[in-house]
Amino acid sequence: MVSTGQSSSLREALAESAHSATGQQGTAAGGKTGAAATSKPAAGREKGKPADAKFVEFIDVEKTYGNFHAVRRLNLSIGRGEFLTFLGPSGSGKTTTLNMLAGFERPSQGVITLDGKSVDRLPPYDRNIGMVFQNYALFPHMSVADNVAFPLSVRKVSKADIGPRVTRALEMVRLERFKDRKPTQLSGGQQQRVALARALVYQPSLVLMDEPLGALDKKLREHMQIELKQIHEMLGVTIVYVTHDQSEALTMSDRVAIFENGAIVQIGTPDGLYNEPATAFVASFIGENNALDGIVERVDGDQCLVTLPTGLRTTAMAIGDIRPGAPVQLAVRPERIAGGGDHSDNRFLATVDGRIYHGDHQRLLARLPSGQVLTVKISPDATMATGEAIDLGWRTADCRAFPAGVAPDGITANTGSVS
Amino acid sequence: MSSIAISGIKTRTGAMDRSDSLRPLALAAPLLLLLAFSFGAPIVLLLSRAVYEPTIANTLPHTIAALGTDSAAGVPAEPVFHAFAEDMKAAQAAGAIYEFAKTLNTRLPGARSQVLRVARLAGQDAAVTKEAMIKAAPLLGEDQGWAAIRSGTNRLTSFFLLSAFDLRWTDQGTIGAVPAGQAVFTRVFGRTFLIATLVTLATLALAFPLAYVMTNVRPLIAGIVLVLVLLPFWTSILVRTAAWTVILQKYGLLNDLLLWLGVTSDRLELMYSRTGLIIAMTHIQLPFTLLPIYSVMRAVNTSQLRAAQSLGARPLTVFRRVYLPQVMPGVLAGCLLTFILCLGYYITPVLIGGASDQLISNFIANYVNVELNWEMAAALSFVLLASTLGLYVTMTRYLGLDLFKMG
Repeated sequence: MVSTGQSSSLREALAESAHSATGQQGTAAGGKTGAAATSKPAAGREKGKPADAKFVEFIDVEKTYGNFHAVRRLNLSIGRGEFLTFLGPSGSGKTTTLNMLAGFERPSQGVITLDGKSVDRLPPYDRNIGMVFQNYALFPHMSVADNVAFPLSVRKVSKADIGPRVTRALEMVRLERFKDRKPTQLSGGQQQRVALARALVYQPSLVLMDEPLGALDKKLREHMQIELKQIHEMLGVTIVYVTHDQSEALTMSDRVAIFENGAIVQIGTPDGLYNEPATAFVASFIGENNALDGIVERVDGDQCLVTLPTGLRTTAMAIGDIRPGAPVQLAVRPERIAGGGDHSDNRFLATVDGRIYHGDHQRLLARLPSGQVLTVKISPDATMATGEAIDLGWRTADCRAFPAGVAPDGITANTGSVS
Repeated sequence: MSSIAISGIKTRTGAMDRSDSLRPLALAAPLLLLLAFSFGAPIVLLLSRAVYEPTIANTLPHTIAALGTDSAAGVPAEPVFHAFAEDMKAAQAAGAIYEFAKTLNTRLPGARSQVLRVARLAGQDAAVTKEAMIKAAPLLGEDQGWAAIRSGTNRLTSFFLLSAFDLRWTDQGTIGAVPAGQAVFTRVFGRTFLIATLVTLATLALAFPLAYVMTNVRPLIAGIVLVLVLLPFWTSILVRTAAWTVILQKYGLLNDLLLWLGVTSDRLELMYSRTGLIIAMTHIQLPFTLLPIYSVMRAVNTSQLRAAQSLGARPLTVFRRVYLPQVMPGVLAGCLLTFILCLGYYITPVLIGGASDQLISNFIANYVNVELNWEMAAALSFVLLASTLGLYVTMTRYLGLDLFKMG
């Protein structure tokens, strides 16, 4: 979960430069969060001891705008050094939650603690949190170097220290050549790296990122994801990352919190969320998913038997409150549907509706006798003609049945036949 | 269609085509011609009158010839007076004598009636003597009278430009101040610049917070505020000024309100006062200062301000180091616009200002409309134009503000 203790030259370089300015840095960070710092000595973190699991804590936090519940009853702990992603569709409350942590919004109710101390009354400029914005938010009238020097100069770091620290931060994002340019003379990816250097140069223990790669094209985004992850591992800094891009969340995060309608519906590791989604919404939001509607016929422990509209039957894992006779939604991943192997607990006959070539794999559109179309991930070499009959199947463990119609918080779930 | 496409390809592939760079110019040609004939030429012609004044030289051809042989300074000998009488007679006959008398009078106060008297004398008696002429026109017997005539024989003159600064050529041939009683223009220029500065500062004090509020409220409210600010902008300046006379006069709305509120116990003299003038000008100029500031403020991304805060900057630091540097071009542009427009105010000082609040434009208008002294009007206009251009160049050169980029 946490990658502490990974010693690297860059990390040492940044730490070393911070050491020379400990006086100023200490009053900014240590002064505000002194109570917690004494109980958990700073030296402990540096040596890679188990991280503080409650570095950031949201306790019953709510945010309302008039009648609108932006965030409801949020309880969340973020560990020191963790990379946590808030993932959800727009308007799901993830950015509001981030802004409350940054200090730009005040919770209507509840408490947020940072390093054991409530930040309720702490304005953004006293929280010592770094923040990276989607639109970079660089100061256009300052050079790249001046942008990165800004947080140091407002902290009254001496001029002699600012220069080397700015240089090191720019080296970390490989932009030291551009230090005299104006931000508008850089590409989007370069600008965001400057913003990153600026948010890291004063060594905040927590860095917030609000869709930082949203404005970049796909290739650059994937490259920056790797870079961000490397920087996270090098510096051991805690990162809270907001995105609506599920692949980005899966790629980088230690843990992902899925937001829906102002609440976290599930939080867990990327593979945990992918393989064991707790709700139909999570199943459809993370990765690709085949969703099928059905009625429960029998419940047997943690498994159940479900009848599909045309009388087809399948066994599935019963997730949540599943009772005989109740409508459910089934979720099966495309790669978990096998082409008629013996290992399948459930077998169906289907006809090929189409085949989409993706390079490293193919997507097969398979029509069940009931008329529903399933997406199946198959080998790139498979050659099936449209109209051909095929044998499909999946294991019980790979098919999950969720209560249909209503999500846990009372909101109608997404019930498309194929997501 | 095809020719456009072909020429487009040419510029991309080949060398820079000359006709391509001339084409936009050709499209603008009608406008440029109109500007040249209706704007540029009149300005040049008018301003040239500040330094080119041929009336005296044209009226006195014989005198000039006679003066050419009489090298002595001061009052010349008899032959020059004869030549002068001849010129006067000719001018009288041609009807040019009043123009000459008026022109000489601007250089030699009191010369008008004396010139007319000499001209009448010369018309009656062809053999009028120097003595008789000096008797009719005592200025002709004085050194300064002939100094004015001698300098007037030169068609190019610095007299009016120097006068605009309350300066003149002394009898010793150096530049010196005019007598204290005649010094007007430095005071008027000073007053014009002072009132322009005060109005500019007042509009800035009102516009800056208003523009900030407008960028931070909902678009609908910002739109309503903008309309309210612009509404007076769309009405004639004369109407707005007249409205202010209704409000500011002794038994007007403002005095009624102040009395009713108990702020004052007496009715204030707001009309024909500098306070009233500044209030009215501030109101009229507000949109000019506001709009450039508003446009740059809207362009500042609010996430920058958040970013600055998250990076540890207190609100005042955010304002000083992040916000102000970015809105400064708009502030300077707005202030420059208002300041320059204030330098040329005419109607409002006439209707609301008192006798001691008249600005340079009022003097220019007076010279044009009442005194018919186009040379002085041109000289004052020239100084006003030059100081405006100087201000603009200073702003663009030293403060790095480019008004052309602002648009």
